[in-house]
Amino acid sequence: MSDAEDPTTFSPAEPTTGEEFEPVEVFPDNDDFDLRPGADNCYKCSTCDTNCPVAEVDDDFPGPKFQGPEQWRLTQTDDDYEIDDSITSCSNCLRCDNACPSGVPLSQMHNTARGRYVDEQMSKLSVEYIRNRILANYRTSAWLASKVPRLSTFVMNNSAVRWVMDKTMGIPKERDFPAFATETFQEWWAKRGGADESRRRARQNRPDDADPSDYKVAYFHGCYSNYNTTQVGKAMVRVYEELGFEVVVPEQKCSGTPMFANGMLDDAERHAKVNVSSMSDLVEQGYDAIASCTSCSMALRQEYPELFDIDGIEKVSENTYDSVEYLRIHTDIADRLSEATVEGDLAEEFAYHAPCHGRNQGLERQAVELFAELDGVGIEDVGDSCSGISGTYGWKSEKYEISMEIGQPMFDHMEDSAGETGMTECPTCAMQMEHGTGYDVRHPLELIEAAIVEA
Amino acid sequence: MAIDSELLVVGGGLAGLTTAVTAAREGVDVRLVSYKQSTLRNASGLVDVLGYTPDGEGPLTDPFAAIPELPDDHPYRTVGVDGVRSAMDVFDEVTDYRGGHTDTNALLPTHGGTVKPTARYPPGAAAGVASDDRDVLLVGLQSMTDFDAPHVAAHLEAAGVPFDVSGVTIQFPGDLQADAKVTRYAKLLETDPATRDGFVERIEANRSGQQRIGLPAVLGDDDHDRVRTHLESELGAAVFEVPSGPPSLPGLRLEDALFSALDSAGGSFETGNPVVDYEGDDRIDHVLVEKSGTEVPYSADQYVLATGGLVGKGIDSDREGVYEPIFDCHVDHAEDRYEWFDGDVFGDHPFARYGVDTDDRLRVLDADGDPQFDNLRAAGGVLGGYDYAAEKSGSGVSIATGYHAATAATEEL
Repeated sequence: MSDAEDPTTFSPAEPTTGEEFEPVEVFPDNDDFDLRPGADNCYKCSTCDTNCPVAEVDDDFPGPKFQGPEQWRLTQTDDDYEIDDSITSCSNCLRCDNACPSGVPLSQMHNTARGRYVDEQMSKLSVEYIRNRILANYRTSAWLASKVPRLSTFVMNNSAVRWVMDKTMGIPKERDFPAFATETFQEWWAKRGGADESRRRARQNRPDDADPSDYKVAYFHGCYSNYNTTQVGKAMVRVYEELGFEVVVPEQKCSGTPMFANGMLDDAERHAKVNVSSMSDLVEQGYDAIASCTSCSMALRQEYPELFDIDGIEKVSENTYDSVEYLRIHTDIADRLSEATVEGDLAEEFAYHAPCHGRNQGLERQAVELFAELDGVGIEDVGDSCSGISGTYGWKSEKYEISMEIGQPMFDHMEDSAGETGMTECPTCAMQMEHGTGYDVRHPLELIEAAIVEA
Repeated sequence: MAIDSELLVVGGGLAGLTTAVTAAREGVDVRLVSYKQSTLRNASGLVDVLGYTPDGEGPLTDPFAAIPELPDDHPYRTVGVDGVRSAMDVFDEVTDYRGGHTDTNALLPTHGGTVKPTARYPPGAAAGVASDDRDVLLVGLQSMTDFDAPHVAAHLEAAGVPFDVSGVTIQFPGDLQADAKVTRYAKLLETDPATRDGFVERIEANRSGQQRIGLPAVLGDDDHDRVRTHLESELGAAVFEVPSGPPSLPGLRLEDALFSALDSAGGSFETGNPVVDYEGDDRIDHVLVEKSGTEVPYSADQYVLATGGLVGKGIDSDREGVYEPIFDCHVDHAEDRYEWFDGDVFGDHPFARYGVDTDDRLRVLDADGDPQFDNLRAAGGVLGGYDYAAEKSGSGVSIATGYHAATAATEEL
């Protein structure tokens, strides 16, 4: 018999006085995050399913409503329930989160289910597991590659090497490996004089009456700006200093995004602990955490507190911002840009794609709005479709075709737009945009730098 | 420093979008913020003005003629018949909807087999109007249990439609799983010629001369006109979609059309973070948008609240009472919560009319009947005084009050 009252004596029109009510603890020994309220909030409207880019093209994928609340319920009623292996087909784009009118934490449910699937059901000796682990730990590979950047870029794009990787590891030969920078962002930063130099430059640019404690940011550059697109990291530093902010670059690991997407929550937590520890100290000292990659900011803001219990995690989450968003909130960047003119290299028409993880933070229009009034450039939003690569997802041979099919509307809209240069905040979306159209892709910070920082 | 605009619209449904589009077309610097994606994809895509009177009289032939007879506190009385007409003109200009040629309601079949009075309908539904006497074949899909074509046909026949209607269920080409999403069908019909050809073949095999074919609303997304036209030319018959419940592609297409109208009119918008609070006394100085625990100020000269009703959570309730969560606007309701509803499921529920009260310029009023703030107006489901589900007036009230709020706010700038 359940704990509920005898239904025959229950009258819906009679007031419940509360006098005889004793709350029952349903999961007394469970110290995981309780997903029950989230699952109960789902009223099955299926709006999430209409937002799922994978379900639109993959006939075997049952969609977010199943992966989230429905599967969660199954895990509660049957101890032997095995997570459906379709969970590995979720690309972790998080669009379902933004779609749900009822506040169901879908991505948290997906991450939890995927973690459990990988932990309990996936063979640790399978090629798929090893491949996914390597992809998820991109930081480690990139660190290694950065020791011999030119050789790495050459070898990783050698067609024989790539054919072998495709056959043995399931890494699609069609994709171009990103070039590794000959000098990492961190190396550049240290050589330039680090935080001391940044303080000196920021002070020069700050109004005399400004309170220096309002002008302190800690930069979370992420792996990609460090090892690959270092120009984005450099642009962040120069733009912020130009606006009077002193930048520090604390010790940091991977944000964890590729690890969540591959169900490797232990790896993610290990990295998160380092990031939270260094960022929370700085937040205590009045710094705000700034990320230039929208998946990194998403991880620090939303996924960390949803998945881990680490000291200071809430504080870090509350004080993390996307790099462009922060400027819009705390500076007169909109006015500065409306008075500026861009010449030279970046005086282009841009085809802008809003990354899903940026969309989820409410940032889908920031670049279009900011640059609409900027002279010398044009910008066009290429629509709300997903790029399809979703980090490591499109880097798996068995997902490659799906990834390209999801990306097709974006490629088409890019081709239709006036420009032949792409723009986005997300490094892997940029990779997909380049792959599908051959366009160069730039980060909004690069354009802001071109507009307001003297070369 | 706050993110500043002339007019800030809170809410991204039909009311919020109409407000923002109307103001942007007047050159106002407008920003729309919506907690989540627009709930329009939960809507059928049909746009009603008024189908029944509050007393249940109807279906009404002329919704506009019935407006002056509505109770004083009905939002349509605030806007007035001319206001409703002007609002619908704006809607007609920014969408490709049909029905604007007449004041008379059209009657359209629903996926439940009822006939629904509605003022505007998407072109994809046009050939389904019940006033057309050509025979209809309804075609359902085996895996789509939401639309049972033989059942719908039987209901329509029982409702006395002036044409012969029959229904068949076919298998959609390809081996789709039972719970394939509406977007999957749409994608295949849009991008895969073999699917389209197979679909036409299977429909043709079940047809016995009917000149109209009704299908579930899955005929394409961005490119839906092309899909429907293609089917029409292949079948040599008029093809229409039967509007469905959520998730609804016609609703999604309407959402796209309105956001695109807002974009071309120069309006700004963003979704993903809720407005949770405000600062100000007689005037709202700014509202606070919560972004992962941080409250970011958004300021404006004028504000419009378009957060929806009880379902949209623009109006909320607990055991203590009914309230408006952002500005704590006054919501008139019975003290005893057992008086909020009627014992009969389809009875006359007082809660259905709960919402904020306004002056004739849609400024939100406090408990004493005075404007709560100089610069806050309300539009759409958050308003009280009407029961949209019973009257079939939800879309029209949202459009009319959105337009009226935008016009009144613009005059203040």
